[in-house]
Amino acid sequence: MTDLSHPHSSNTLRETDRLMTVCNSCRYCEGLCAVFPAMEMRRAFSDGDLNYLANLCHACGACYADCQFAPPHEFNVNVPQTLAIARAESYAHYAWPPGLSGLFARNGLVISLIAALSVAAFVFGFAAFTDPAVLYGVHTGPGAFYKLMPHNAMAVLFSAAFLYAIVALVMGVHAFWRNIGEPVGMTTGPRALLQALRDAGELRYLHGGGVGCYNEDERPTDRRKLYHHLTFYGFLLCFAATSVATLYHYLLAREAPYPWWDLPVVLGTLGGLGLVIGPIGLLVAKTARDPALVDKQRMGMDVAFIIMLWLTGATGLLLLVLRATAAMGPLLALHLGVVFALFLTMPYGKFVHGIYRYAALVRYARERQMMGG
Amino acid sequence: MVDLSRKYDVLVIGGGNAALCAAISARRAGASVLVLEGAPKFYRGGNTRHTRNMRCAHDAATEILTGPYTEDEFFEDLLRVTGGQTDEDLARFMIHESKEMLTWIVEQGVRWQPSLGGTLSLGRTNSFFLGGGRAMLNALYLTAEQLGIDILYDAEVTSLDIRDGMFLSATLKRDGKDIAIRASALVAAAGGFEANIDWLRESWGPAADNFLIRGTPYNRGSILKMLLGKGVQSIGDPTQCHAVAIDARAPKFDGGIITRHDSDVFGIDVNKHAQRFYDEGEDIWPKRYAIWGRLVAAQPDQIAYIIFDSSVVTSFMPTLFPPIAGNTVAELAQKLELDPAALAKTMAEFNAAVRPGTFDHTILDDCRTEGITPPKTHWARKIDAPPYLAYPVRPGITFTYLGTRVNRQARMVMADGKPAANMFAAGEIMAGNVLGQGYAAGMGMTIGSVFGRVAGREAAANARN
Repeated sequence: MTDLSHPHSSNTLRETDRLMTVCNSCRYCEGLCAVFPAMEMRRAFSDGDLNYLANLCHACGACYADCQFAPPHEFNVNVPQTLAIARAESYAHYAWPPGLSGLFARNGLVISLIAALSVAAFVFGFAAFTDPAVLYGVHTGPGAFYKLMPHNAMAVLFSAAFLYAIVALVMGVHAFWRNIGEPVGMTTGPRALLQALRDAGELRYLHGGGVGCYNEDERPTDRRKLYHHLTFYGFLLCFAATSVATLYHYLLAREAPYPWWDLPVVLGTLGGLGLVIGPIGLLVAKTARDPALVDKQRMGMDVAFIIMLWLTGATGLLLLVLRATAAMGPLLALHLGVVFALFLTMPYGKFVHGIYRYAALVRYARERQMMGG
Repeated sequence: MVDLSRKYDVLVIGGGNAALCAAISARRAGASVLVLEGAPKFYRGGNTRHTRNMRCAHDAATEILTGPYTEDEFFEDLLRVTGGQTDEDLARFMIHESKEMLTWIVEQGVRWQPSLGGTLSLGRTNSFFLGGGRAMLNALYLTAEQLGIDILYDAEVTSLDIRDGMFLSATLKRDGKDIAIRASALVAAAGGFEANIDWLRESWGPAADNFLIRGTPYNRGSILKMLLGKGVQSIGDPTQCHAVAIDARAPKFDGGIITRHDSDVFGIDVNKHAQRFYDEGEDIWPKRYAIWGRLVAAQPDQIAYIIFDSSVVTSFMPTLFPPIAGNTVAELAQKLELDPAALAKTMAEFNAAVRPGTFDHTILDDCRTEGITPPKTHWARKIDAPPYLAYPVRPGITFTYLGTRVNRQARMVMADGKPAANMFAAGEIMAGNVLGQGYAAGMGMTIGSVFGRVAGREAAANARN
């Protein structure tokens, strides 16, 4: 009764519990983000609670810059770094199938290998199944891409990879949701889903409570929010471009490539620009970040994902510019290889951060509603 | 690179709220300013790093406060907590100026925390800094840097050259060398001497060794001592300070806010002889919390124990250190190294004296004891639901009140009653002008910001003439 504390399954979660106990007796940071108000709704923390708080954290860094107990203080309170580690460990914990959770361990290497193999497969596949004259030929007009790879083969392959990713992600989120909802059997509703969509869409909690975010030092000069918006909305635009093109193909029987002014190309170009500029900004910010805030072990995972997104954008744009030249064949293989690897590795890399954070935001929105009556 | 050979218009010694407000206000008035902070960069800001709010008067509700909190009401609160030990003219001046602080401090980059739970959860008297005191400091330092104020850390001033109330230079110890820092005016905002155990012992005796210091070890009062030694008039009683009861397991220095306890309402306080010593139900937060440090300091070995039971454990904020628990009173007494029979007797007498009532910790309720001394006049309920729990507490010194006398310009007054030529003071180093004794939450920051701003402005004007 007196000892309300929970046993924990890892050293990281034990340290997270220690910090939340310190923070809960201070509460100065309650205006900075969602993590601390969510913490204040509890007096003790289960593994699920801590994983929830870890995924609610957007790593704005404000609580570290503002904390009087941050290192070198003997209380050694470093919430952003500890939650970053807990967050990364939670990705592996909830991975589906569980046998693949090890992919998070040396994620940079894993993603690089899968990407390289995927690109190589497309290059060799093109080479094996098409005449070299076709591979290095100049193709224009509707159906040009499909001289290298039949549309249906492309569609089947990518749909399969995408569907697999969705299934694995849904299973992961399901495990997460059950784990963080355990004590009260959380349900949710459309209001919470919408609120979380807004919070995630504007990165409401990546702003240090209004002051801004921290990266290099105690000055709120960070621009990661902008770069993240470019990356995220760039990704969405590219996804929209592909979706529109698929609809064109099957509903209107219009085959790619499309002229530059057509919707899929406009969406893809804007998205591609976002995916080229955004990840560069994120990568530069990452290298400049105060090491005290960083989960050093997961640097590879973060960088691999950023580079995969950048490659997706860059190869896509390059393909657009050079699609009427002999480089189209190899570039198409490169672009498809990268995108295929991105889809395949979605459930086993940094991509999942967005999914779990959204789920955490849904729960937070729901908790706020319940607290508010 | 800071050029220490030049003569600055204004030298600010100290690095907390008062010092930065002074530096910024002097710089905005056109002065060149050097700030010498004795602590390393991480520990900059003295006690400001542990603060959270400021008490400002206002005539109408604002976005962050309900209203009004009039100047008269603020002054009445001050009179009550100080028992009249205040300089009325200076206090009223400060309270009047505090109104502008609500906007002025925001113009210097500091942010107030917006209401988290709608207008119902707004406070009336105190405004909270978004992210707390260190966030406030970060904002002030950023503004100071952007204004071109020179700032040095680890900058210990070892002596002051003062002649006939006129500041000439300060000696800075840097890389093993003494450097003379010249300036046309001085603002001393270097805090009290709460971390100087030797000095505390001079007035408190050996009891001072058992005090815990809530702030950093850098608040040694060396500047205050130099100024008093150079003929500046002192004000305040050296034993007076803002002290609260904090967990005895807290570190000697810099435990900050998170080691405090305010659970006496829910139980009883006993000393090392297991005897109660004060009415635990005398007054409500936040007036209550400021007296318990001194009460514990007056107990043998400066230790006390808040005793309560499992029925109230979720009634107050979670604590850094968990309560010490025993399934029986005897087991608890043993863990606390108290005489089990004495504790059992004290608790039995207390329980027997509790009269029925309706408990409400937000008001002075009708739950009280009868027939024991001291009584518990409110919130008295039986302690009888095991396990029994306890927090050991010691006096936690926040800041001392002995300081330099100042006038409305924040200008120091010399021992002969004449104003100093070019020396000003702000913050804890002159808090005793307003706070003769007692404390009400947020006043330290009001004193720092108001007199800091005034001192900076006046020092800049002084330097120009």
